Amino acid sequence: MAQASVLEIPDLTLDGLLATPAGRELLSCIQCGTCAGTCPYGDFMRYTPRRLIGMLREGFIEEVLSTDDLLTCVTCYDCWAKCPRGLRLTDVLLPAVKEQVLLRLPEVPAELQSALANTMRYGNPMGESPRKRAAWVESAGVPVPILRDLGRPVDVLWIVECYTAYYPRGQDNARATARILHALGVDFAILGNEEKCVGECARLVGEKGLFDTLREQNAATYAKYEFGSLLTCDPHAFDALAYVYPALGLSRPVDHTTPFVAARLDALRPLLTKDLGYKITYHDSCVLGRHNHMHDEPRRILDALPGVSLVEMTHNRDNTICCGGGGGGMWLDTFYKAKGYPRLSDRRVEEALATGADVLAVSCPYEVPRFEDSLKVLGGDDRMVVRDVMELVAEALAD
Amino acid sequence: MKTLVLLKMVPDVVEELEVAGDGASLSRDFLRLIINERDENALEQALILKERHQGTVTVVAPDAPEVDDVLYTALARGADRVVKVTGLEEGVGSAEATVTVAAALSSVAGLLPVDLILTGCQAIDDLDGLVGPLVAHQLGLPYVGIVTGLDVHPGGMGRCLREYPGGVRGSFELDLPAVVGIQGAEKPPRYVPIAKVRAAMTSGTIETVAGSPPGALPLRVVEMKKPEVAERAEMIAGGLDDIASRVCEILAGRGLL
Repeated sequence: MAQASVLEIPDLTLDGLLATPAGRELLSCIQCGTCAGTCPYGDFMRYTPRRLIGMLREGFIEEVLSTDDLLTCVTCYDCWAKCPRGLRLTDVLLPAVKEQVLLRLPEVPAELQSALANTMRYGNPMGESPRKRAAWVESAGVPVPILRDLGRPVDVLWIVECYTAYYPRGQDNARATARILHALGVDFAILGNEEKCVGECARLVGEKGLFDTLREQNAATYAKYEFGSLLTCDPHAFDALAYVYPALGLSRPVDHTTPFVAARLDALRPLLTKDLGYKITYHDSCVLGRHNHMHDEPRRILDALPGVSLVEMTHNRDNTICCGGGGGGMWLDTFYKAKGYPRLSDRRVEEALATGADVLAVSCPYEVPRFEDSLKVLGGDDRMVVRDVMELVAEALAD
Repeated sequence: MKTLVLLKMVPDVVEELEVAGDGASLSRDFLRLIINERDENALEQALILKERHQGTVTVVAPDAPEVDDVLYTALARGADRVVKVTGLEEGVGSAEATVTVAAALSSVAGLLPVDLILTGCQAIDDLDGLVGPLVAHQLGLPYVGIVTGLDVHPGGMGRCLREYPGGVRGSFELDLPAVVGIQGAEKPPRYVPIAKVRAAMTSGTIETVAGSPPGALPLRVVEMKKPEVAERAEMIAGGLDDIASRVCEILAGRGLL
């Protein structure tokens, strides 16, 4: 089974790929085509990962770089997980190619363009005011200390991330997480308005310059404070902080809220007293699930909730189906729609509805809007709701 | 072909705007400035013309917070020279800044004469669109504004499109050199990856020229106020019958039933 690991050559460029031994190793593909067959958008790509590597090896570089094919890569880690050579396609090879594609694209799709420009200017892809990043704290119901105001070291620095901090349904996750951290007696704080996007999706869509800028700004902000470890609600941020930031100088233990809570389940269990009465199906996110193999943690949490029964979808654990939101996909829906491509989240929600569950549980803030939209489009929103695992835990907590 | 693009920074309305203590200007406490959207379109149109006909694009902007980022981005997008005009007091009005920039253009080495001057036809702090006409007046050039498409032809002739209500479009010919106020470029402003902007910050240069702000202009801001909140919305609560009879009562009261 492929294992996620720290990126050792963070500055690998396409030139480096073709010129350095480490880069050339990435092209040591046996051309089996598993990647092309497993890719959720493989049917729509002229240059699937297999063909792309073949073209690069034979020197047809400009041909590969002059199409917008790779914008359909939603970094689901399926090609990486199934590659018999264990090549780092999703998080190393494809972003290095995408970076060059983005530099050559005559027109970057408008939705992606505004998300990237907003992230650069405001530190979040929605273009919301950086001064309102911590506005959700007022409605948290429990104190959420801001590290700068606290004036002392904390055990856990919680990186809330953009969709959890700004998006109204994401804020439900933020409020739930705050309640759980309080219930567990965790010594935590957030950065408040000083926090900026961690930038993983910018990196994976090929906007490396934007990622580098965010990483430098974030590293400088984190360095101002003393804290034991990092915690985040966003699997993409988890990946960046765990595997990319360390190679660039920032090295702290990092956790995602789902495994963090799973590890403290014994302390939490006596407090989980409210009977929920839900039939739940859990969606393994590509990053937390397939890339980090954290499949048992969310299921252990859901099992511990009173009155809950779990049902599995056909595609689960490492074989999960992508919601289509990673690697910039979150801001390319209009691009895919214009090309007539299917919406991957619709495919996932159809499978979820077929289980007869009434709750679709998730662990990634991108999935809430994606699946809620699909439920509405498919007419399933009267039968099923989408909830982050943290929202369900908070619901089961005694008032 | 030599093209000059005039850019300026305007208040970014992503942050809430507050009136300063003097009651006649914006509070600078949390104010952030952003490139005027129509000026960004003017730059895009200039770059499209450069790609089509070769030549050079020079960008000139009054000094302001965050203007350096905008000028480096202009270089990354394809501008050849970027210049900022210093000496303006922070928070100075749009008309003063325009007059200062127009007067300083002759101090930019090797710039004038140019074939074309492009700028946004409006800004959120200049709905009358004074920049183009003021610069044209100062340089003794013709001006045409609210332009959505522009090309140049041999023999120093330009042809531009203007939009009118009802979907009507007018095509105009103009003798160059001229000043053109751009409403929208032929296509949306291009995205330039941040790596290119960072490279421009390392290798590019922002030239500066000193401007001399004019004395008091005939127009000045006397008072600035936030819009007054209208309290005309009434939320009708209660059961269906209560709501229906209240709606009827309101409509009847206005002679509509």
